[in-house]
Amino acid sequence: MTDRMTLSGMLTSRAAAALDVSRAARSSKPSAAAMLAVVALLAALPFMVFSNVTDTLVNLFVLIALASMWNVLAGFGGLVSVGQQAYIGIGAYSVIALADQGVQPYLAVPLAAVTCVIFAVPTSWLAFRLRGDYFAVGTWVIAEVYRLLVVRIDAVGGGSGKGLAGLSGLDQTMRGALTYWVALALALATIVACYLLLRGRLGLSLMAVRDEETAASSAGIDVRWAKLVVYLVSAAGCGAAGGVITVSSLSVNPDAIFSVQWSAYMIFIVVIGGIGHIEGPLLGALIFFGLQQLLADYGSWYLVLLGAIGIATALWLPGGLWGLVRDRTGLSLFPVGYFVRGRGA
Amino acid sequence: MGWLNAVIQGLLLGGLYALFATGLSLMFGVMRIVNLAHGDLAVVASFLALALVSGTGLPLWVVLVVTVPLFAVLGYLTQRVLLQRSLSSGPLATLLVTFGLSIVLQNVLLEVFSADTRTLDGGSFATGSFELNGSISIGYLSLATFVLACAVLVGIQLFLSRTGLGRMLRASSDDRETANLVGADSRHVYGIATAIAFATVALAGLMFAMRSSFDPATGPSRLIFAFEAVVIGGLGSLWGTLIGGIVLGVTQSLGSQIDPALTLLAGHLVFLAVLAFRPQGLIAGRTA
Amino acid sequence: MTLLSIRDLTVHHGQLCAVDGLSLELRKGEVLAIIGANGAGKSTLLRALAGLNAPTSGSIQLNGRDITRLPAHRRVSEGIALVPEGRRLFRSLTVEENLLTGAYRGRPGPWTVARVYELFPWMPERRRQNASQLSGGEQQSVAIGRALLANPDLLLIDELSLGLAPVIVRRIYEILPGIVGAGTTALIVEQDVSQAMRVADRVHCLLEGRSVLEGRPRDLTAEQVEHAYFGIGEALPAGSAREGHD
Repeated sequence: MTDRMTLSGMLTSRAAAALDVSRAARSSKPSAAAMLAVVALLAALPFMVFSNVTDTLVNLFVLIALASMWNVLAGFGGLVSVGQQAYIGIGAYSVIALADQGVQPYLAVPLAAVTCVIFAVPTSWLAFRLRGDYFAVGTWVIAEVYRLLVVRIDAVGGGSGKGLAGLSGLDQTMRGALTYWVALALALATIVACYLLLRGRLGLSLMAVRDEETAASSAGIDVRWAKLVVYLVSAAGCGAAGGVITVSSLSVNPDAIFSVQWSAYMIFIVVIGGIGHIEGPLLGALIFFGLQQLLADYGSWYLVLLGAIGIATALWLPGGLWGLVRDRTGLSLFPVGYFVRGRGA
Repeated sequence: MGWLNAVIQGLLLGGLYALFATGLSLMFGVMRIVNLAHGDLAVVASFLALALVSGTGLPLWVVLVVTVPLFAVLGYLTQRVLLQRSLSSGPLATLLVTFGLSIVLQNVLLEVFSADTRTLDGGSFATGSFELNGSISIGYLSLATFVLACAVLVGIQLFLSRTGLGRMLRASSDDRETANLVGADSRHVYGIATAIAFATVALAGLMFAMRSSFDPATGPSRLIFAFEAVVIGGLGSLWGTLIGGIVLGVTQSLGSQIDPALTLLAGHLVFLAVLAFRPQGLIAGRTA
Repeated sequence: MTLLSIRDLTVHHGQLCAVDGLSLELRKGEVLAIIGANGAGKSTLLRALAGLNAPTSGSIQLNGRDITRLPAHRRVSEGIALVPEGRRLFRSLTVEENLLTGAYRGRPGPWTVARVYELFPWMPERRRQNASQLSGGEQQSVAIGRALLANPDLLLIDELSLGLAPVIVRRIYEILPGIVGAGTTALIVEQDVSQAMRVADRVHCLLEGRSVLEGRPRDLTAEQVEHAYFGIGEALPAGSAREGHD
């Protein structure tokens, strides 16, 4: 027995010597440079194109942010929620309420994220009592409760909603550009947040939890804490997105902002793009956005198509389109795993 | 006496909620699927009945006799074609498939029937009522719905406890692999469970259509009622679902007695309270 | 007459090759015991016979019909019933309902609920009890009854003695001759070697998915069995003990 142990020990150490363990994938450095260039270009866009282009892009950025937040929640935290519209709504109404108090609306957007975290703490206590599919519908009921409570508050317009105060002083071009930058910043912030979150210790814990919850908890990982952090981050991101939606549309309607449609968008963008990959929501949002623009004249048929594609993806392509891309090319824009490579390679 | 009336109306409404929730409970109990398209299926049944009544002029009871078996067949096929495949790809896949179905159904209804609010005209029977005493009047439709709901629940319970196939549904719910070992083809068993679920959903959908107005976007809120009835009553117990439905119905009715705007909120708050203080439900469940 | 014939059966359990090119034959009316250490592939073999694990290669024939690719529920109609490891009763069903699930396929044969009650006289008065309220030994009896109600030609029993007191195990095994007498052939997997040697007409000892020793209990020495069980020394080729009496 001892002989065998030493032998295997020797084999392991020799094998380890022939391997490189690294975080960055082969594609990381060039892709990082390319991404910086893209970001710079996007940031300069208001000076280069007409405002209808940037206004449309605001929607895309909001979708990217929402989808990234759902991806981190469900794809990494295993918390499949159908109720993130609760935080979109709370975020939107926070901006309305803060603007009423005289806070500059653009500054209210990050504060909306904070408000959502404050609401998310007690909500999580309730929602975390449900598992799996029941968590999904439970979060949905909670979102409904928030909507029904909000429409009872006359100060924010009750059932008919309210306009946003505090932006009338700005000229229209300036307002469009500022909204665009805030939306771009939101999308970037959510992507960077996902990347940092998943690179760190918490990311490792989450991946362990996702693979095998019982084993992870017996290995000393605080499952509940890891899930809570993800839930709070996701609530913050969705809240800020709700804020951006409000500064972009200049008003809020409770039925629209608390609509389960937002969950449909998030879920299908992520599933089609590739759940559990940071790149997935980006790709999925681009596809969704394209579909929406392409079928703009055909009423809600794009949603029928979206649902059908979502079903097909869930059944036949569980890794989504990015999963397919990665399997074929090994490409990874945001490497959060570790790469093990032979020294010779 | 307004309060007593509210309780009685809520009780009668609760029977309908229970009938409607049975399918959700059954599909979860047997297959561990939460069917997010549950509410939309009921709305589809409502629209189908509306189209049949206005298109063919058939009497309502004929439409009912056609729609319910049709939905049972659809349920069996949905299970065999869509859900069975998703079951082998993990729990997330079943959720996504049923959610996808929900989105597809809602938007197809929207395109075909527009967003207008509709009601199904049940004739004098649907609007008629009798007086119990000075302050309490009971609608024929409410009472018939309640009786029918209870009859269907008893029927399903008898099927589950007295027939070989029904026993196998319960056995599959306990332990699918061992059910295979004693000869159950789980695809067929699951198909039957889904068929029953769809048939009861269609029946409930028709009842809802006669009682209250509906439009293509009504599905999600209906799903939430069913879900709340199931959770309040306790998972995987038919009698629990009946109790859950009644608790939900009575709560909503009492809520609306205080303020009509409180109807939904009262139901949700009871649901959250059960979730917070008695997560196993009021009737701690046996399976199916 | 041959009831069951297994040829070169290989079954993988994930990456692991649990049954490795195994061949064996079982005649009608025989009791064959499979013994072997933990992880020797005994349970995987039974699961493959019942249709729960798909074989990688090889073939299984029952009554001369190839059943290798049949799903588990169809094998019940063909005449195979498994008493699974850990009993696996349906916990929300009563004792009688558990028994009745066994008769779901309605295969004709001698076994009825009444006859199972004759076999286990304590059962009738507890038939309305929930299966989860029974003791381990009682649950094991119900699991056997459930399998018998399928009226199988081949009864597979996996680890009957697991978690039960020896005296209970002995009492349950006492009914085996009666079952075989009614026309059923039995293939049992047993970790308790002495128990297996006592009830079986023939034993196979498995080591790492292969049959390393086979013979009638009385023809095998304790040393042979011990070596085969632990894989000590040169493993005896599977045919060595067979030639004598086949």
